[in-house]
Amino acid sequence: MTRELFQKELIQLQDDVLILGSMAEKAVAESVEALRSADLAWAQRIVDDDLAINTKRFDIEERALFVIASQQPLAGDLRAVMSALMIITDLERIGDHAEGIARINLRLGEADDVPRRMGYIPAMADRALAMLRDSLQAYVERNVDEARRVCDADDEVDRLQDAVYDETFRGMIENPDVIQRNTYYLWTAHNLERIADRCTNICERVIYLVTGRMEEINVSRY
Amino acid sequence: MSIRMKTPPRMPPDAADAARALRARPAGEGQPSADAVVRPDGEITFAIDALNLWYGAKQALTGVGLEIARRKVTALIGPSGCGKSTLIRCLNRMNDLIPGVTITGRVDYRGVDIYGADVDPVEVRRRIGMVFQKPNPFPKSIYENVAFGARVNGFRGNLDDLVERSLRRAALWDEVRGDLRKSGLALSGGQQQRLCIARALANNPDVILMDEPCSALDPIATLKIEDLMRELADDYTIVVVTHNMQQAARVSDYTAFMLTDEETTGRLIEYAPTETMFTQPADQRTEDYISGRFG
Repeated sequence: MTRELFQKELIQLQDDVLILGSMAEKAVAESVEALRSADLAWAQRIVDDDLAINTKRFDIEERALFVIASQQPLAGDLRAVMSALMIITDLERIGDHAEGIARINLRLGEADDVPRRMGYIPAMADRALAMLRDSLQAYVERNVDEARRVCDADDEVDRLQDAVYDETFRGMIENPDVIQRNTYYLWTAHNLERIADRCTNICERVIYLVTGRMEEINVSRY
Repeated sequence: MSIRMKTPPRMPPDAADAARALRARPAGEGQPSADAVVRPDGEITFAIDALNLWYGAKQALTGVGLEIARRKVTALIGPSGCGKSTLIRCLNRMNDLIPGVTITGRVDYRGVDIYGADVDPVEVRRRIGMVFQKPNPFPKSIYENVAFGARVNGFRGNLDDLVERSLRRAALWDEVRGDLRKSGLALSGGQQQRLCIARALANNPDVILMDEPCSALDPIATLKIEDLMRELADDYTIVVVTHNMQQAARVSDYTAFMLTDEETTGRLIEYAPTETMFTQPADQRTEDYISGRFG
């Protein structure tokens, strides 16, 4: 095997993508948990920590650009570097959605009864987080079948969002006092739905990485 | 003007070695898979079919078959000894000049077999010009370097115009216009190479073959030649042998990857539009080579 240094750089790049993935996953999981427990200090920490995710993304981008400039990757190597660049954009945006949920928590303020009852939102968060983990697993394993399966799971997240809409609107009609709170829950569901969509983007990149074909495999209803 | 000549060519080299070697290796063996060799779009300048070449008893090309598109840049890549220079030299019969060479198969240039019995190799080389790795201007003035071929061929037009036109086309005119009497050897390497391109253009060719035209040049001179190749492709068919993968990716429309392995010498592995070749090659050996994993 020649180009050992280059090989190490590609592995390092992938490791960094996974580290960014872990940071985004942690932010999403914690933002929903902080919302459920109405923990405003925690929410503020999540907002503050988003800077670290953004910084990490730019660090990886710089590193990838230097790999392109210095090693001039071609074919599969080029696809690996380009996929990493695309995936970190999606991961950084996932971090932003987590920050969005934390900001919703801050807007909602102190809760009368903790934990908050959030209907289908925790289930939606679980599915979105599973999609994130599975898409990164498909990335590491270069597994096209797994990537396609993850994309199929997006339908389930869309269905759960429908359920969230249904229950929040019903709540608002029955009791206008909850209109503001339930509107924030709608925003939360929207953030989670976007996270799931970003995961399908990651999976599309995995398919491109392995096959060289760019395809839109799943169009979200939202 | 036809490339056919009135008198028959010299006798072909003894074909006995070729026949023996052909028997030793059944036809079809070592051929690339069908999906790894594309047919270019549009008009075809060269149709190469089942081309074999031996230097004495040593085989250098095995069953090469591909078509080269008109007014496009086609790059030949592959590790040293893979037969790419041998292949490009087959396209204007430069290998005829090497003793002991045997060739079987066909090279059709715009529908005419250039190895046909009635074909004049001199006319072939006029129409299909060549630029070599090391710039090789004649030890004459810049003007005479460009005018030489025309003089030899009894050119009756305006030589000054021809020289200026050729130097302009080779992107050298502005640098040498005031000094055409200076020796061609006094120019820089990059300028010498463009002078050689101007010299080839002055013969009014249809095709320009370039055998590693930038390997002796610095990066700036290299980029100038690359820009020139792209410009010339508007009017000429260009075939370029290069060791520089990025150069092939930058300048060519189609890329052919050749390889010599333990089993077969000088075979075509893959031939595709350059964009496909460098992002999504069909053959693992192409992928390994262009990503620097061997060779």
